[in-house]
Amino acid sequence: MTRTQDQTIDEILMLAAAQFKVARETLSADDDFFKTLGIDSLQALSLLTRLENHFDVELPDYELQGVSDFRTLAERIQARL
Amino acid sequence: MTGCTGNNSFTGQTLSWELREGVIELVLHREPCNEIGSHTLVELEQFVAVLPDLEEQAHALILYSKQASGFCAGADLRELYASASALQKKEALLGVRDFLERIHAVLNRMDASSLTTIAAVHGVCFGGGLELVLVCDIIIADKMARFCFPELRLGLIPGFGGIPRLKRDMGNAVVRDLLLTGRSLNATKAQAAGWVSQVVGEGESLRVARGTAAQIGKFDRATSAAAKAFIKPIPREELRREIDIFCELFQRPAVEAGLRKFVESVDAQPYLP
Repeated sequence: MTRTQDQTIDEILMLAAAQFKVARETLSADDDFFKTLGIDSLQALSLLTRLENHFDVELPDYELQGVSDFRTLAERIQARL
Repeated sequence: MTGCTGNNSFTGQTLSWELREGVIELVLHREPCNEIGSHTLVELEQFVAVLPDLEEQAHALILYSKQASGFCAGADLRELYASASALQKKEALLGVRDFLERIHAVLNRMDASSLTTIAAVHGVCFGGGLELVLVCDIIIADKMARFCFPELRLGLIPGFGGIPRLKRDMGNAVVRDLLLTGRSLNATKAQAAGWVSQVVGEGESLRVARGTAAQIGKFDRATSAAAKAFIKPIPREELRREIDIFCELFQRPAVEAGLRKFVESVDAQPYLP
């Protein structure tokens, strides 16, 4: 299945909302997910693992260094789909 | 609270064990994510001291974590930094070497146990945590598990025997990738690389490990122990060399700087290499 970037962002927001038990509507693409979700790096790695499983991609964590918003995260995933 | 009922059960500050129906369950339960420091080492030494007695009564050992965040985040870097900062460099180095000698003795003994050993892994399994898992015969990981060796970020190499053991178990190319990039792998990729044997659903690793232990209990113990000794030699020479390299690197200024950066960091991403 070919996904658009908007679809990828939407799926990321849905998965993040479910994992950290927040309402999907409270999240948006340009949010800093550390701040919005109130998570630390170990929880961020847990989200990364869930995204890898969902999208069936491998994301080396050094590629995510400095990435803190959902949109950039989606770009990194999109590049590996 | 620490409690002991003979050798068959123990409740410590960092870990506990219980022997039931031929299976020993060794549970890590130190907040926040089972960081391995001096308390954990002492309790692992207590476990290894009674292991010969337990081996007479059991066929399998299951190792798992009760912490929601994962199996183990690695060595206790805060303790390492605090103790190294409080001592002269020479004394600090002696302390590090003593710790490494002791943890190697513990892990070598677990690695060579006549029991079939199973790690049930979820969540974070980093550094020393991964090295602890690598002494086990069978690794069962839930699909949210994640593995890595982040030590090069600190100017060090993994010091608890991880590299010789991983090299024993799989191809050198993957070991180099993990070691030299410090990146983490999820359970599916770790299975594809060849060191995780079963990937199971989220939250299912302990249940599957218990089922695996029950299966192992159907076989003759002496045969299983002989098969294990044949297929899983301890890479003793490389393990000795690892301690020497770690101690050589530990004396470099980059290590103190790396440890200080980690310990004093308020960044939300200190675990991301």
